[in-house]
Amino acid sequence: MSVVKAVTCPVCGSLCDDIELTIEDGKVVKVKNGCAMCEAKFLHYNSEHRVLKPLVRKNGELVKTTLKEAIRRAAEILAEANYPLLYGWSSTSCEAISVGLELAEEVGGVIDNTAVICHGPSILSIQEIGIPSCTLGQIRHRADLVVYWGSNPWSAHPRHIERYTAFSEGRFEKSAWRNYVTKIKALIGRKKIQSAVKRLILKKPPTLSSQMESKPVSSIAREGRRLIVIDVRRTKSAEMADYFVQVEPGKDYELLQAFRVLIRDQELEVDRIAGVPVEYLEEVADAMVNCDFGVVFFGLGLTMSGAKMRNIDAALSLIRDLNMRTKFVIMPMRGHFNVTGANMVFTWQTGYPYAVDFSLGYPRYNPGETSAIDVLLREESDAALVVASDPVSSFPKKAAEHLVKNPLVVIDPHMNVTAQMADVLIPSAFVGIDAEGTAYRMDHVPIPLKKVVNPPRGILPDEEILRRILAEVRKIKSKRVEAA
Amino acid sequence: MGEKQKLRMTLLTGRTIEQGVGKECGKTSREYVESVSICYMDPEDLKLLGIKEKTNIQVSTDYGTVVVTALKSKRAPHPGVIFIPYGPWANVVVDPETHGIGMPSLKGIPAYVEPAPDKPLMSLKELLRQNFGKC
Amino acid sequence: MELLIKNGFVYDPINGVNGEKMDIAIKDGKIVEKVNERRAKKIDAFGMVVMPGGVDIHSHIAGGKVNAGRLLRPEDHFKDFERKTTVTRSGVGYSIPSTFTTGYRYARMGWTTVMDPAMPPLEAKHTHEELSDTPIIDKASYPLLGDWWFVLEYLRDGKIEECARHVAWMIKATKGYAIKIVNPGGLEAWGFGRNVENIDDPVPNFDITPREIIRGLCKVNKLLNLPHTIHVHTNNLGRPGNYITTLETMDCVEDLADDGKPSIHITHCQFNAFKGDDWRTFESGAEDIANYVNTHSHVTMDMGQVIFTDTTTMTADGPFQYMLYTLSGKKWTNHDVETETSAGIVPFSYKRKNYVHATQWSIGLELALLIKDPWKIFMTTDHPNGGPFTAYPRVITWLMSRKAREATLKKINPKARSRSLLPSIDRELSLYEIAIVTRAGQAKALGLKNKGHLGVGADADIAIYNFNPETMDPSKKYKALRRAFKRATFTIKGGRVVVKGGEVLKHVEGATVWLDVQTSEEAKITEDMKRRFKEYWTVEFENYPVSEDYLAISQPITVKADV
Repeated sequence: MSVVKAVTCPVCGSLCDDIELTIEDGKVVKVKNGCAMCEAKFLHYNSEHRVLKPLVRKNGELVKTTLKEAIRRAAEILAEANYPLLYGWSSTSCEAISVGLELAEEVGGVIDNTAVICHGPSILSIQEIGIPSCTLGQIRHRADLVVYWGSNPWSAHPRHIERYTAFSEGRFEKSAWRNYVTKIKALIGRKKIQSAVKRLILKKPPTLSSQMESKPVSSIAREGRRLIVIDVRRTKSAEMADYFVQVEPGKDYELLQAFRVLIRDQELEVDRIAGVPVEYLEEVADAMVNCDFGVVFFGLGLTMSGAKMRNIDAALSLIRDLNMRTKFVIMPMRGHFNVTGANMVFTWQTGYPYAVDFSLGYPRYNPGETSAIDVLLREESDAALVVASDPVSSFPKKAAEHLVKNPLVVIDPHMNVTAQMADVLIPSAFVGIDAEGTAYRMDHVPIPLKKVVNPPRGILPDEEILRRILAEVRKIKSKRVEAA
Repeated sequence: MGEKQKLRMTLLTGRTIEQGVGKECGKTSREYVESVSICYMDPEDLKLLGIKEKTNIQVSTDYGTVVVTALKSKRAPHPGVIFIPYGPWANVVVDPETHGIGMPSLKGIPAYVEPAPDKPLMSLKELLRQNFGKC
Repeated sequence: MELLIKNGFVYDPINGVNGEKMDIAIKDGKIVEKVNERRAKKIDAFGMVVMPGGVDIHSHIAGGKVNAGRLLRPEDHFKDFERKTTVTRSGVGYSIPSTFTTGYRYARMGWTTVMDPAMPPLEAKHTHEELSDTPIIDKASYPLLGDWWFVLEYLRDGKIEECARHVAWMIKATKGYAIKIVNPGGLEAWGFGRNVENIDDPVPNFDITPREIIRGLCKVNKLLNLPHTIHVHTNNLGRPGNYITTLETMDCVEDLADDGKPSIHITHCQFNAFKGDDWRTFESGAEDIANYVNTHSHVTMDMGQVIFTDTTTMTADGPFQYMLYTLSGKKWTNHDVETETSAGIVPFSYKRKNYVHATQWSIGLELALLIKDPWKIFMTTDHPNGGPFTAYPRVITWLMSRKAREATLKKINPKARSRSLLPSIDRELSLYEIAIVTRAGQAKALGLKNKGHLGVGADADIAIYNFNPETMDPSKKYKALRRAFKRATFTIKGGRVVVKGGEVLKHVEGATVWLDVQTSEEAKITEDMKRRFKEYWTVEFENYPVSEDYLAISQPITVKADV
């Protein structure tokens, strides 16, 4: 039995690297410091859903085959295709992504990563405006005002608040945990009294949870770290906040622009914006302007709804404008543990962060044209390679249809939904568990992932599988040239 | 009461911790399927619809129609807003249109919701077969 | 593998060779006395200039902010791309080329060693991943240490030796090559949106001044016996009147110099040679700087020449970059790195008709021409801040030809032209001097013993240019000169011909050079770092250092420190 420390968790963009694993007989038996998703991953990765042998589809059924045969068949599919789509990449290592790019260039296909259905619009917006940002440690050390907008860390990045923001300890700011505990105790107390009263008098007392009309509490103007959540629903993260702003769905753009007006000490001529009384917004704007260091973390609530990338335009502009008054930064909450890494490797090797087309022999970039969903909706691709992703599960049905209709090669450790549709399925190791590699945290800090146990026999890392497919593709192409 | 209603709502899709944990267990696992074949609704909307939680509803949009299990939302009030976690069920009804920037509309989709107590929840296999003709 | 370069006009200033017709013999990647002429592969360099491969002391080619710049500017890439060939990978340019393209473009011009000058230590792996993806050229990177909390605290407490040992740890952990200082103290102040005004302005929360940081790190540099001096981007970069700060910065370490050896390198000095009180009264301070450098022996510098083009500014100077955004209104990206440093990126266009830009253009050349000793002032554009490195051939023509300068002077803002010192400067650098300012001098300042020269034992990194100094006058034939430097007839790297006729023949890997600085008490420092790590950073101690696996070809240089 051994304990491995400083393990990096391969789940979300927080990329916590303080996980401690207890290994016994080549298996992970205990996980310390991780959130629920981390524990689920390290304890259950080797479940019955793990694919142990390469599979190819014969007569409509997936049957076992040799690795060599699977590689050959995969290379054949990619080499023969006119316009293959190589998709995924966000849950594997930078080293594997690098080989993937070389493969895409070799077959003249289009390569895209999961940013396309996640923070793609944020990237487009950054390309127009830029982004004032920093690493997460700057926030831990300095931020006294933390805002989550359209983001619910409690569900998607569970340790974010305790490791990097409101409940973390920094050189210049202390954790706000104690305040939160006091508040929750008071809330629980009030709720107990309320339900007791309800039982006794059988009348409905005023609901305390209705926050839509609630005035900002004095806690957002005090010293020390403060947490504000802005969302369309009162999420669990909202409950931890010092103040929650409930914005009408699809109206974030108006709210962001309203803040841009207010931080310039200008007046708004209406009473409400996006369902929120302007006087409450004025108090939030005050808190923003008067803080020492503020940060907005934003999620898919902004990228996916209403004005989409224009929401991000407004958010980036707001933060940029706030730098006239004080120090303010903004950061997108990246979902998969290495989607940032995928954007990084794509950018340094091709100049572009996602949706890269190699069909003309050089990198071309035009999201809306070269992006995976659009390529599929327009039925342009004629084969696909999916690595470390599950688009049949995560893409809108119409896009997934075209993916499934054509020859599909899947490299994944699990029999996920896309794998079930594959024509060739090559099982791979999990980066961060039974394969090593580098990943980039949401704030662009590169962190190494360890190999803590050995993979099942015959299972290779993505990097190695891709290298073999690339070599095979080159062989096929040179044979073609000779024959011609 | 028990009158059949069809309500116009706004559909959100997104992450939940249960879906996050479920996906790590495996996309065909019971945990995962149970975490994504559901729909969270404001208790007031459940009343309007005349149903109890843990019964099936049919969600229809311009893009498709799907049967999911209605659950009471702990995040109320959010009248008129329903939430289905990311996954194959949600993706039957979301808007694939990317508006020229590559990103489909996965939140804020206009939807109709009606009770469907007699319609069964499909298994993942059945859903895939229906969507793609194979599984 | 033996190679013989015959009949070329050799320029090798480190060994005093000035255009002599001689043969250069190469064996197993090194320059040797002679080779077996029958067996060796021969290159006929008749009528051509043979120089050591170019050495670039300061060019932003890899790492977090460079990549953030690439991401920020897809429009920079659309017009300038390179297709995949059977020997090269595809890529894009123009001011921030992708990594493969960067390596190819330097090699095509005959450059073989490039230093990335600004690596945020926490993100060092990123810098090395990109450097490893930059083919052909040898490279290194300088970790940013001027605002590192450990440095600020130890220097504040007067603990020079402790500071030195921790700096040594950091150089090894980041696989770095030199101590880089950018706007010392200013980057820490920028953590809360502030800056420092001059070298005696105390850094908020840290009770130390920029002067103390520069002096402290200069002493540390000496104790560690590092091959290069401290590499300094001074405070107040880009502000009218900042030439005073530059003079003060150079002056503040004069007493720390040892017998005429340099104790400081001021980088991209053009941006710090501004005179005047504001943009209206802005003028060149190059003469004052040049006078200082001409009368002192402890300073080296590089130009930071401006090119009239659309380029991208990117530096670790967060507050300066913000200021540039407020001036220009262009897009702005900022990236502060916890405990250590910051970075900012703003696209920028230098226009001939703009008085300030035209004066900046003049300043860079004035510095290079007024400073008498070419071993003290090197050619750079602070790529991509002043302009892309692909403009180097053009800068060479400005240095070598009055006519070339006049042709450009004619087109610039008239007020800038009337104020420029260039019309009154006759000096034209010779090929020998160009070899110094683009290779020999840079290699010498860096302490790279096997680069920048063609003596026996040197790395066989050689550039052959199609320019005949016997029949062509570079001063008159500057267009031919520019063409010659734009596409080297041959570039040889490590004894292998990698470029011919300006085309890349092979995609080979280059080495990453770093310093293995050895101090006493290394175990103690490691324990100390481990204990305090969590207080400072948000990653675990174990995950912070860069392992050698990140370097495609790792080339450590052992350095024994005096602590």
